[in-house]
Amino acid sequence: MREISYTDALREALREEMARDATVFVLGEDIAEYGGAFGVTRGLLDAYGSQRVLNTPISEPGFTGAAIGAALTGTRPVVEIMFMDFIGLVTDQLVNQAAKLHYVLGEQAPCPLVVRTAGGGGRCYGPTHSQTLEAWFMHVPGIKIVVPSTPADAKGLLKTAIRDDNPVLFIEHKMLYSRRGNVLEGDAALLPFGRARCITEGDDLTMIAWSWMSAEAEAAAKELEAGGVSVDLFDPRTLAPLDMAPLEESVRKTGRALIVEEGCRTAGVSAEIACRLFECVHEYLDAPIRRLASPDVPVPASPVLEEAMIPDRNAIVQAAIELVQS
Amino acid sequence: MGWTLTLCTTYDSTSVRDETRWENIRAPNSESKTKEFRLQGRTCMYRKIRCAMQELIDHYRTMLVIRFFEEEVEDLFSQGVVKGTTHPAIGQEAVAVGACAALRPGDYVTSTHRGHGHFLARGGDPKRIMAELFGKQSGYSGGRGGSQFMADFSLGFLGGNGITGGSIPVATGAALSAKLQASEQIALCFFGDGAANQGTFHESLNLVAIWKLPVVYVCENNMYAMSMPVGDAFAVTDIADRAAGYGFPGVVVDGNDPIAVQRAVETAAERARQGEGATLIECKTYRLSGHSRGDQRHYRTREEEARARAADPILRLREMLSADGTLSDEDDVSLKDEARRVVSDAVTFAQESEYPDPTTLEKGVFA
Repeated sequence: MREISYTDALREALREEMARDATVFVLGEDIAEYGGAFGVTRGLLDAYGSQRVLNTPISEPGFTGAAIGAALTGTRPVVEIMFMDFIGLVTDQLVNQAAKLHYVLGEQAPCPLVVRTAGGGGRCYGPTHSQTLEAWFMHVPGIKIVVPSTPADAKGLLKTAIRDDNPVLFIEHKMLYSRRGNVLEGDAALLPFGRARCITEGDDLTMIAWSWMSAEAEAAAKELEAGGVSVDLFDPRTLAPLDMAPLEESVRKTGRALIVEEGCRTAGVSAEIACRLFECVHEYLDAPIRRLASPDVPVPASPVLEEAMIPDRNAIVQAAIELVQS
Repeated sequence: MGWTLTLCTTYDSTSVRDETRWENIRAPNSESKTKEFRLQGRTCMYRKIRCAMQELIDHYRTMLVIRFFEEEVEDLFSQGVVKGTTHPAIGQEAVAVGACAALRPGDYVTSTHRGHGHFLARGGDPKRIMAELFGKQSGYSGGRGGSQFMADFSLGFLGGNGITGGSIPVATGAALSAKLQASEQIALCFFGDGAANQGTFHESLNLVAIWKLPVVYVCENNMYAMSMPVGDAFAVTDIADRAAGYGFPGVVVDGNDPIAVQRAVETAAERARQGEGATLIECKTYRLSGHSRGDQRHYRTREEEARARAADPILRLREMLSADGTLSDEDDVSLKDEARRVVSDAVTFAQESEYPDPTTLEKGVFA
């Protein structure tokens, strides 16, 4: 066990998987000498050469589509889309090609593609460099979605993503790149998809949060605990597949659920989780399921406005107290 | 061995572009070899092409199978026997057959929404293609893909696509993977004139050029993107000119001449295999049928269609084979009977096949 940053953990995952499997290669904008906009791929060019660390022109649909073709023909590409907002450019590639081809071509060839991208706000990058868009892709059959919040999850889940035979959308978070935590080496670091992580245990309410919101919720849970409210806090870690069983089990115990989401409220991930909980455990609920999400507005650039938009630990504490008192 | 003489038009980016119409010029008794000349502002080249007559007969046979297959499919759709939609390649058979004849086993082929002909030319089983159109389990995609999504990875045929230009990036990737794995495979990418105006076309040609990937782009310019004439959709006369913007050669060939297409693709494939990069081959042809079922063809005249029918690639090839005595009328009848039998066997197979089990609906979304 070593304590490293989320960025270093991601880089270790790439290094280890590229060393293990010669068919793994990375491609994206400014990922070679520059090392990627957030430094994740720094050093890979020296280690693996320009054949396997491909700097691309600014052609997201073109190179993502190329990665799909490469994935269908025996390699394991890992694409970097610099900001998740740019995923709009590659939606056709992901939705109409990567996600469907295995099924619609009669299961002839897997599409082992990973698309890594940096999502979320918190840095005042403005409306097209700060969005949280995982909900879009939860609606698409055929794509797995990973939303790691710790270095261990980042490393373990990226390694698993690269070994997975399906398209995986791997959503990193700008506010987490510097987060530190312990990681393991090699295969010991691997983590399965579809396993929620229980962060804190408690009886008063169930809280569900992922990515940056998971870190904020963890801080909130500590504060709540100090105030006498104990929280069962879960990070689903992957949204597709979504591990509902422990969440349902928890709500049976607590009778209250708060889902915290950085993305916009309407038709968000929390709506899906709330609905699934309601379908399964409604008779155990002591209060309506509560969603804490961003309002339905574009992410503004001003720090004051952005702060007002995205839920933080204080907003989570407040929502939790209201829910427990209801 | 016999000879055909084909007009290949090479683009000359410095020449004045004008409204030159493409045409095939054949002069069986000509003794001239390759000869360059200027025709209405462009550099042209006669090439006297030597080819085995058997090869031409094989091309003719495959073109007949494609033609009869597509006619049968149009029939089945209009009778409502087959549901959904389909895009017949009637009139474009020479491109599919000529291009695929230039490939080696193992080479990759990406196709389009109008892809039955490509698949048949690449060696796809007519029975399984027809069964896919019928939505049957024995179809190439078990009935899930339909007309636009059929592949046979064992043939290197990576499939058609329901998004115009959707397969163009896939070809980049297949070529990239061939390069990374140091194989000698190339990727042949079929697309239509419509797809040449998609953003991914331009992005892909640039990526392939900067990475020097082994891709042969075969543009089937059938003169219409659904209803839009190429003249309204392009400010250049030749789509092949666009290759110059990406730094590799573009050539225009008569897409109704399978040998012209084949030789152009052979040259391009050789370049690709030598690591010299991509070529864009624009095959000028004509979609004799409508875009899809229900197309009333209001956007073009019957006179124009009649002129195009006079240049029907199958008729032309047959006339050429008859003129030099290679193909007798009897042979022609028997080749046609054989091709019709292939198609009717395919229909019988499709009709007799089972539908997929509805309980398998959710199987295979993930690998």
